[in-house]
Amino acid sequence: MDFGRISRRHLLQGSAALAVGSALGVRGAAAAETTIGFIYVGSRDDYGYNQAHAQGAAAVKKLPGVKVVEEEKVPETDAVEKTIESMINLDGATLLFPTSFGYYNPHVLKMASKFPKMSFEHCGGLWSDKDPKNAGSYFGYIDEAQFISGIVAGYSTKSGKLGFVAAKPIPQVLRNINAFTLGARLANPKATTQVIFTGDWSMPVKEAEATNSLIDQGIDVLTCHVDGPKTMVENAARRGAFVCGYHVNQSPLAPKAYLTGAEWNWEALYPKFVKMITSGQPIPNFYRGGLKEEIVKVSPYGEVVSAEARKHADDVKAKFMAGDFTIFKGPIADNKGNTVIAAGTDRGQQDPELEKMNYLVEGVIGATA
Amino acid sequence: MADASIGLWTVPLAVLGGAIRVSTPFLFVSLGECITERSGRINLGLEGTLVMGAMSAYGISYLSGSPWLGVLAAGITGALFGALHAGICSLPRVNDIAVGIALMLLGTGLAFFLGKPLIEPTAARLPAIDFGWWSDVPQVRAALRINVLFLIGVAIAPLLYWAFKTTRWGLLIRTAGESADAARAMGHSVLLIRLRATMVGGFLAGIGGSFLSLFYPGSWNEGLSSGQGITAVALVIFARWDPMLCLWASLAFGGAAALGPALQSVGVTSGYHLFNASPYILTLAIMIITCSPKRTLTGAPAELSITR
Repeated sequence: MDFGRISRRHLLQGSAALAVGSALGVRGAAAAETTIGFIYVGSRDDYGYNQAHAQGAAAVKKLPGVKVVEEEKVPETDAVEKTIESMINLDGATLLFPTSFGYYNPHVLKMASKFPKMSFEHCGGLWSDKDPKNAGSYFGYIDEAQFISGIVAGYSTKSGKLGFVAAKPIPQVLRNINAFTLGARLANPKATTQVIFTGDWSMPVKEAEATNSLIDQGIDVLTCHVDGPKTMVENAARRGAFVCGYHVNQSPLAPKAYLTGAEWNWEALYPKFVKMITSGQPIPNFYRGGLKEEIVKVSPYGEVVSAEARKHADDVKAKFMAGDFTIFKGPIADNKGNTVIAAGTDRGQQDPELEKMNYLVEGVIGATA
Repeated sequence: MADASIGLWTVPLAVLGGAIRVSTPFLFVSLGECITERSGRINLGLEGTLVMGAMSAYGISYLSGSPWLGVLAAGITGALFGALHAGICSLPRVNDIAVGIALMLLGTGLAFFLGKPLIEPTAARLPAIDFGWWSDVPQVRAALRINVLFLIGVAIAPLLYWAFKTTRWGLLIRTAGESADAARAMGHSVLLIRLRATMVGGFLAGIGGSFLSLFYPGSWNEGLSSGQGITAVALVIFARWDPMLCLWASLAFGGAAALGPALQSVGVTSGYHLFNASPYILTLAIMIITCSPKRTLTGAPAELSITR
């Protein structure tokens, strides 16, 4: 196309038409209903992290008077700011869910200051008093569900060896590994968890190799913390090992091998948030919760899970639901023999110390660096 | 074996198993690229072809229930991408490397777009042949569950070596790659030779992709290739355009990919990022050792745009 031929008059006419069109578009959408934007870092149907959020978005769609716009595969860069701006300016979104960890600082904070009338709800971020008031962060204590998975795994293993395919040694991942191991050792005090870090969130070949190496070591129950557990679940099931899922229910992938799993319950939380916004109530800027608050849940037990395991797991789950169970209760030693939580110290779920976790507990084979 | 654990033996076994499991896509892509480059063209688009092949194989296998039909579909998709590359490159003053990069982006983008509904369903997988029947150690048996595609790839390498050396079409490809003028003087169309070579190269790369989605890791998702296609193209230069060296290089890369996870599983936990990078360190090391300022790369086809 020869841009030199476009006259200045045509250009002005064209841009005026565009401006009028977009202005009308915003007004039309805002008048009709509340528009909510969901932004995912990966694919919406990855059997993992993003699918869990997309299920939450699907639950929001069912609410009356709500329009949902979604965009997937948005990298944790300036790209997310452009997506947010276009969702606000073109689609008329007033509530946004940028769901990936790396979106928060600086992108969401920047956008929240730029659009003070819009609400931002970020998953995993640590909101503090210095941050804009229209931004908030929420997250779930999924380690409670991992602890239950660990109990079931502890009963189901024959070798006493469990395996964990993990992405990176960051606090959230370490907390899951530790909770899973503590749960397993409640059921079987001699159980160990071997951990392999693949180095990134989505590395299918490395995850498959890690799964095979773990099984070669005699490990017979595996779980993971990567973005898409599909590779681990399928490869472990093919080799005859049991699996505990993560993010969403993966039992359709391996119905015989699937014991249970730690799942997000965004489909319960997101409609709650939307109702708060539409009825004019503020959403708390810092929102956290576990099984009791219905932010996480445990997959239904697989057929092979023994009655004894079900009973023990259900008992502990009932204690979580009542709010009187602490996973990280001293004395807890790390796998190098140092005491990390002294006897008599209870680190409850809200304890900010837990969000800085940098150790692996006794019983985990592996290192954080 | 009382506790079914084999301790430190895991590491060599995992490297062996990894060499067999992980190497196949490298092998197919590098052999395909070897044919294309010997005819005087570089097709950098094979990363896109690999991902397209993986997606189409998974889709066809899911829809038809036959994984072999999926492999065929992957090959045909690859050949079409090869034809597209060769077709664009036959236009005057078109740079093959630039076209390759464009096709790499097109292939991955198109595969992600068309493959969206394929992430959830589970497709029929390729069967494995059990070569570990003689052993009663389950780990050995698992490592020796070998897919037919790997064996085909291993057979193609010497066949190609022999074909380049002794057959008529092998000579034609080499002539087109060494001196287009000589091929023209003999009365052959250089463009047609390159078209066929690029299509065969694409066909093999597509099949390499079908191995990823239908055997190992064995499902379709968007991170599946994570750059294996582009690594395999680099591997051809590293293997000096020799099909047999492509075979050894692919095996080495496959084994190196298994090293990081295997070492962690036996308790060597420090520096796993370094072990994960071992394939690339290996490439750099060999490139540095074998390079010389006094001559151009031995074995490089003279018509390639990087050597010309």
